[in-house]
Amino acid sequence: MSAVADRPSGIHKIPDGAPILSVQNLTVSVRTEAGLKPLVRDLSFDLGRGETLAIAGESGSGKSITSLAVMGLLPPPAVRVTGGAIRFGGTDLTRLPEARMRALRGDRIAMIFQEPMTSLNPVMTVGDQLTEAIRAHAPVSRKDARARALEALKAVRLSQPEQRLDQFPHELSGGMRQRVMIAMALALKPEVLIADEPTTALDVTVQREVLDLLRDLQRDLGTAIILITHDMGVVAEMADRVIVMRQGEAVEEAATGDLFARPAMPYTRDLLAAVPRMGAGAARPPVTGEPVARLDDVVVRFPIREGVFSAVRRQVHAVEHVSLQIRRGETFALVGESGCGKSTVARAMVGLVPHQGRIEIAGQPLEGLGRAGLKALRRRIQMVFQDPMAALDPRMTVSDLITEPLVIHRIGTPAEREARAVDLMQKVGLSADQLRRYPHEFSGGQRQRICIARALALKPDLIIADESVSALDVSVQARVLDLLRALQTEFGIAFLFISHDMAVVENISDRVAVMYLGQIVETGTRAQVFGNPQHSYTRRLIEAVPVPDPAHVRPPTVRLAGDVPSPVHKVGDGPARVRLVDVGEGHLVAEG
Amino acid sequence: MASAVAADPVRPKGALARLLQRKLALFGLVLIVAVVAGAVFAPLIAPYDPNAQHFDGLTLEGAPMPPGGAYPLGTDLLGRDLLSRILYGAQTSLIIGVVANGMALLIGTLVGITAGYFRGIVGAVLMRFTDLMMAFPALLLAICLAAIFTPSLWIVALVIALVNWVQTARVIYTETTSLAERDFIAAEKTLGAGHGRILFRHILPHLVPTIIVWGTLGISTTVLLEATLSYLGVGVQPPTPSWGNIIFENQTYFQAAPWLVFIPGACIVLLALAFNLVGDALRDVLDPTQRGRD
Repeated sequence: MSAVADRPSGIHKIPDGAPILSVQNLTVSVRTEAGLKPLVRDLSFDLGRGETLAIAGESGSGKSITSLAVMGLLPPPAVRVTGGAIRFGGTDLTRLPEARMRALRGDRIAMIFQEPMTSLNPVMTVGDQLTEAIRAHAPVSRKDARARALEALKAVRLSQPEQRLDQFPHELSGGMRQRVMIAMALALKPEVLIADEPTTALDVTVQREVLDLLRDLQRDLGTAIILITHDMGVVAEMADRVIVMRQGEAVEEAATGDLFARPAMPYTRDLLAAVPRMGAGAARPPVTGEPVARLDDVVVRFPIREGVFSAVRRQVHAVEHVSLQIRRGETFALVGESGCGKSTVARAMVGLVPHQGRIEIAGQPLEGLGRAGLKALRRRIQMVFQDPMAALDPRMTVSDLITEPLVIHRIGTPAEREARAVDLMQKVGLSADQLRRYPHEFSGGQRQRICIARALALKPDLIIADESVSALDVSVQARVLDLLRALQTEFGIAFLFISHDMAVVENISDRVAVMYLGQIVETGTRAQVFGNPQHSYTRRLIEAVPVPDPAHVRPPTVRLAGDVPSPVHKVGDGPARVRLVDVGEGHLVAEG
Repeated sequence: MASAVAADPVRPKGALARLLQRKLALFGLVLIVAVVAGAVFAPLIAPYDPNAQHFDGLTLEGAPMPPGGAYPLGTDLLGRDLLSRILYGAQTSLIIGVVANGMALLIGTLVGITAGYFRGIVGAVLMRFTDLMMAFPALLLAICLAAIFTPSLWIVALVIALVNWVQTARVIYTETTSLAERDFIAAEKTLGAGHGRILFRHILPHLVPTIIVWGTLGISTTVLLEATLSYLGVGVQPPTPSWGNIIFENQTYFQAAPWLVFIPGACIVLLALAFNLVGDALRDVLDPTQRGRD
């Protein structure tokens, strides 16, 4: 910290004991046609040295706007601070001219963003980006800056840091990129680090490592952290103090332990109640219907064409020898981390990608079906995608979207279709007078309801929900899950529920299959897989889930060495096939 | 449902009404209507025959007359009335700018969307052909085509269309490939939608903004391409006037008679501007996600 005094930002070292950052009655407004609309209202908080303050809230709560206001990065000219002050060592950041703010940014206050790929410059090597960030603030030579960059990469525990300096962002995995972002933010040893959803885009096991890393670095460097997150599990594990925000206002502020033990405000109670917890799923009677879908030794490989003659020398082994059955009225969950092939299984089942092996839907094999056969099959199986905004054609009204499957399959007259759309809207908890609106006029949860209504229009036997609730706020997520369950009871639909969220899966599924590198490594009933996980990967997944309970003590876990191996292999040289052994009552576990 | 529609505040007016609300779009529309009217009613409103060489149309030294007097916009090198030539020339230029350009857009869009959606062999063949066309000098191709057919206005329009579709095809191809990867297209496929439905109901509407931009950009380039062809003798045959060939005929006398270049040039700029303004507004009006933000 000795370098602080000669920093170009001109703000002197902040005395110990005083809050390092103090936000007083901050109001941020956006200019609209109807005048100024406040996004953050009258927010006050202090951040102490070395403290971790979590700002928790759902989308639209103003938590990200607050962090941008502190950084002086509010999007001009529409959004600006219209009241209050942000004091950093006696200086009001809201009145600081841009040039001095720029000197401060990155040097004294640093930020890491949610999406590490978009926050790194794809055409610059990691080393160049780090040295540039260092040299922008510290008057050091290129050589010294590089040495500090290397030191920073070592500090974030990146494997082979010397080689990493010369690599480009796309050569690194998501978790490695986020480490580089953290290295960049902490290279200048800032006093305040703002982490805006730092682990939301990462897999659970990677999230675990990044959170551990942040905590260790904070202990070593004494940086104060403002952690912006929607995940109460992350809050419980990381924060000393929490501010819960809703619609631009602070609802409650408390020490983390107190907040979780004795939430004072009803909104906080609702928010905490909506968080899916492991072990909270109600026991459900076993489902013993006939199978609606049967996968037998399904393999999906994508060729990589290379060279002048576009010869296929290597293949991506996305799905390897997957066999499973989904029974009528059952919720079957496929879990695994990104790139494990779970979405590819779903896409093969609806015929979006070609496959080898055998897929039967409602007793009808998918292979060798003509166009007409495939179209008929589509009535039996429907899909709900992860991002409802992307899955709905933005240029169509909700009415057109919901009736479209009926139009495609030539069911009913226009009046009947309209009546069915009204009926479906009510089924998913929306009102019929919203039918003439466009998708962008709805919230995320409402859009997902529209997707579900569209999937229901054809009365399918099986709905594939591919990460369908992952992008939603927890309270919305809980309501959509309730809706799915109600629809299942009413119509006897089977669900293939694809998710990376172990807590959600634990809550809603009847049976579970865990996928790793394209293969199923463990499968069984929910009680078998979650109550008695046998495979080491399943155990790691379950242990990595952040627990929304500050009193929870995490058992020490072995840190993973390196990353998930690549699913790309040379032609004729595939991954070793795992063999599943029955450890009792249909609980299958991979050997070794 | 009728009551629900009436009560819905989201769509109070039709697309045309919303278009007319915008001042700039209205201005553009008025300009276009004026040009179209001028072209259609040229025989009625033109003061002279566009091809008549007036005895008093040149000064005693044989120079063209400046604007004013009997010839409101002056005369050209051969003593013909410029206003009449501009009005008749509007017919040619509109046909080139709208019809030829429209044909080019249509071909380009069809090639681009087909190649971009189906990819594979079909896409490869179409796009390699497009590359070939792009690599081939457009002017040379146009001269070849024009030389094979006997020159006439419609042949020129066809030639321009056959030369000008390639850029559109390229851009539409790229955009279609990224659209085809989007989730809502995958969602349509899982609903059982056929290729035709996906292409024309779901992909094409998203391409409309791009098509409008290329369409409006293409107007001035095609009008000038026609002039180039005419100048080389393979375009519209003299003495038929077009805005482009008025400029080209007179460009060597630019210093002595600037109005002969300036006035038709201004016409081309204004027409392109008018289409640009209308196209811009149309793009916003047709996009439901843009509604209410002006």
